[in-house]
Amino acid sequence: MEETPNLTYVKNLAGDDLAFEKKFISIIKDEFPVEMATYLDHIKYDEPRAAAEIVHKLKHKFNILSMEQAYSFAVTYEERLQLGDMKMDLDFRKLLDTITSYLKTI
Amino acid sequence: MNCIIIDDEAAARAVVSQLCTKVPELDVIEAFDNAIDAIKFLNQQTIDVIFLDIHMPGFSGFDFVQTLKNPPKIVLITSDTNFAIEAYEYEAIVDYLVKPIGLERFEKSIQKIKNSTIRPVATNNGEAHESKEDLYINIDRRLIKLKLNDIQLIEAKGDYIEVKTDTETYRVHNTLKKIKEKLPEKTFLQIHRSYIINFTKIIDIEDNSVLIEKNVVPISRSNRPELMRRLNLL
Repeated sequence: MEETPNLTYVKNLAGDDLAFEKKFISIIKDEFPVEMATYLDHIKYDEPRAAAEIVHKLKHKFNILSMEQAYSFAVTYEERLQLGDMKMDLDFRKLLDTITSYLKTI
Repeated sequence: MNCIIIDDEAAARAVVSQLCTKVPELDVIEAFDNAIDAIKFLNQQTIDVIFLDIHMPGFSGFDFVQTLKNPPKIVLITSDTNFAIEAYEYEAIVDYLVKPIGLERFEKSIQKIKNSTIRPVATNNGEAHESKEDLYINIDRRLIKLKLNDIQLIEAKGDYIEVKTDTETYRVHNTLKKIKEKLPEKTFLQIHRSYIINFTKIIDIEDNSVLIEKNVVPISRSNRPELMRRLNLL
């Protein structure tokens, strides 16, 4: 799954309000690592349903960063986690790593 | 129009807040990361519109809507379109926005708010039994008088119910449904399929349970909103 995060949605939302854009990026930079760490903890402790809850939140970050394929993947993964199936974890982590790298560039 | 935003994600709150700035008539008064704080706020202030996330930990958007006695207009915000049908069962919910929300769709939602009218939600004040102070229970062909104020809780146990008072526990061959009809709704509240509690005897509420004297009583998900609505939260 090759998809690059971008700020198209954020820029559309901000318009010429650069202060908002800056503030919003800061919020994502703060919120994403916390949610990611929570996700990894739930996987580590074999808590798929709790992991599903946080995947639900993380998928909104995919949305915000215009990652449509990643979002669809997360929707499916969330459903599987609700059933106790964590097999998509490795691929999901790749998406998280992609965003982590991207957030360092903005 | 004064509005508040309720969403447990900071990024989501920021998105809605920014969208609101594009609509001159909207004034964001407050944004909350949980429903409980919003309920406390609404006990003090009247607002016109709530932008409400459905999927929040512990207390969902629908739980929240059910706690509101006279709800303002509500716009639900979610990523899950499966909730749409349930959403429209609530009179106060005027629209349903799916994340990520674009400005054009948001503006349509505001138009829907302006065009909508909400009928007051019918409430049951439970006046029927309020003059009664006693309850007679039948045990071994004896009618025993209980003072309603002494009853702490009633628990269903198979074909029987147990009525716990301040001094004794009585086992009665009856159903929770029947005894509920005899109790004043203002004082007694069913908080679980198997439990009715005397609202005035609550000592504390923690997560999904209520402490009544020394009894820890579970709160079911479906009964929790009504319990929260009745609390005089600070």
